[in-house]
Amino acid sequence: MGILLAIQGAVSQGILWGIMALGVYLTYRILDVADLTVDGSFALGGCTCAALITAGMNPYLAVLISVLAGMAAGYVTGILHTKCEIPAILAGILTQIGLYSINLRIMGRSNTPLLKVPTIFKGLTELTGISQNWISMIVGAVFTVILVIFLYWFFGTEIGSAIRATGNNENMVRSLGMNTKTHKVMGLAISNGLVALSGALVTQSQGYADVKQGTGAIVIGLASIIIGEVLFGKKKSFGTKLISVIVGSIIYRIIVAVVLQMGLNTDDLKLLTAILVAAALTVPVLLDKRRQAASYDPMTGHAAADKENGKGGK
Amino acid sequence: MLKISHVSKTFNPGTVNEKQALQDLNLHLEPEDFVTVIGGNGAGKSTMLNMIAGVYPIDCGTIYLDGINISRQPEHKRAALLGRVFQDPMMGTAANMQIEENLALAHRRGRRRGLKWGVTKEEKEVFHEELKRLGLGLEDRMTVKVGLLSGGQRQALTLLMATLQKPKLLLLDEHTAALDPRTAKKVLSLTEEMIEEEKLTALMVTHNMKDAIRLGNRLIMMHEGRIIYDVRGEEKKNLTVEELLRKFEDASGGEFANDRMILSE
Repeated sequence: MGILLAIQGAVSQGILWGIMALGVYLTYRILDVADLTVDGSFALGGCTCAALITAGMNPYLAVLISVLAGMAAGYVTGILHTKCEIPAILAGILTQIGLYSINLRIMGRSNTPLLKVPTIFKGLTELTGISQNWISMIVGAVFTVILVIFLYWFFGTEIGSAIRATGNNENMVRSLGMNTKTHKVMGLAISNGLVALSGALVTQSQGYADVKQGTGAIVIGLASIIIGEVLFGKKKSFGTKLISVIVGSIIYRIIVAVVLQMGLNTDDLKLLTAILVAAALTVPVLLDKRRQAASYDPMTGHAAADKENGKGGK
Repeated sequence: MLKISHVSKTFNPGTVNEKQALQDLNLHLEPEDFVTVIGGNGAGKSTMLNMIAGVYPIDCGTIYLDGINISRQPEHKRAALLGRVFQDPMMGTAANMQIEENLALAHRRGRRRGLKWGVTKEEKEVFHEELKRLGLGLEDRMTVKVGLLSGGQRQALTLLMATLQKPKLLLLDEHTAALDPRTAKKVLSLTEEMIEEEKLTALMVTHNMKDAIRLGNRLIMMHEGRIIYDVRGEEKKNLTVEELLRKFEDASGGEFANDRMILSE
């Protein structure tokens, strides 16, 4: 029974963290930018939300404001990258580091428990009588469905296609009269808005915010994307890709739950995740090299020459 | 239509790599002029096109296009007036996007982009008709990702994208140089067709002297960042490759045309 409960918890965690992975997907795969703001903006979402709720704000409204805070963080990274021409990775790191202090300032301390205040999940549990785990899952699923529909729509619009094109061929986008800088800033803002949304929901579901809760979020996001791609394949429609990211996130959490049940020390989890992502990124490269090596045929030249001389094939 | 006055550009000033790419360049194009541009490597042909398009800022001088001073405008602003096809077939299209999505992006060149759907039904019909003109069968593959097309197909598509919204000026930067001879011929005849049908004003850089003489109503030769020879009308039509080479030698002070120009008859 223990493992089942753990897996159920893993699924609901996977869905809530999956929203963060969607954000990472937007930058990593669509904009083709490695955005390291994520670790900071995830914590920003959680810290903002916790601070607002303890100050007496409605938990739904607190989530909304957390999203806006995340978008602002993405905007800052975007400006650093496009206007100040700082390489994207460094721009993200700068914002991330800055956010650490900001998050401490927002909460006034490094950890805020949400024990005696209302949260979305507590409210719905009381209202329906369903267990918190199920509520987390349902709330996460509802948010995810809305977001996937929203993203599917947005990236089909004129602006959305322009953002996709920017990640694909900046030169073309400029030559067709579009400002690639604006697109990058927009993409980063939307991405970090999603990440903060995920941070806010995770905070409410786990019942506390911690200034370090975003550490390694980017790697978890990448792991989710890669697991999703392995399961669904790369050449799928946009909608399927978005869903595959969420599924990837759920699978990641299940893997984590299983290895923890098997007795892995929680402290080693981040190392495991890093190895998982590194391996997943390496395997396709090695496979490609092996395929190339296997298809190399030193005799083809002779065969072709033989053919020309009328001696037939190899 | 296009008026370039006293434009100069030096790359990497003050370093060992200093290169004066354009020197006091002056060029005036009438509407519907189709100008071919020739010259050796490093003559400033591509630089001239890039300066018009705003890829790099110019050091001095002015560029007016259709009465608008575009000298200091950013690249994406000027793009409203320009159609561009590049030497590299990969540069003009987005590989991970569908043919119709690429066309839709080009169709909105110079227009405000909002939250309307990226490709409309009416557009798809227009694109279908336009793609037919290319004669490559792409009209039946409109939802195929551009990355799956050949270089020639991509270049033809880029050409269509550049002219979908009639540009004030079409910039062709050796757009057939990376293609095999047969495909190059096809793309070139498409280019000719489009310029004539749409009555476009165009600047075409080429390494092929025959094409430079055969196509367009005016020919300019560049050397060391300057226009050293400018010929139009009957005089241009009666030119031969030999004459052109001689002109090049005279103007460039005896320096012989580089191999590529001679070989690419």
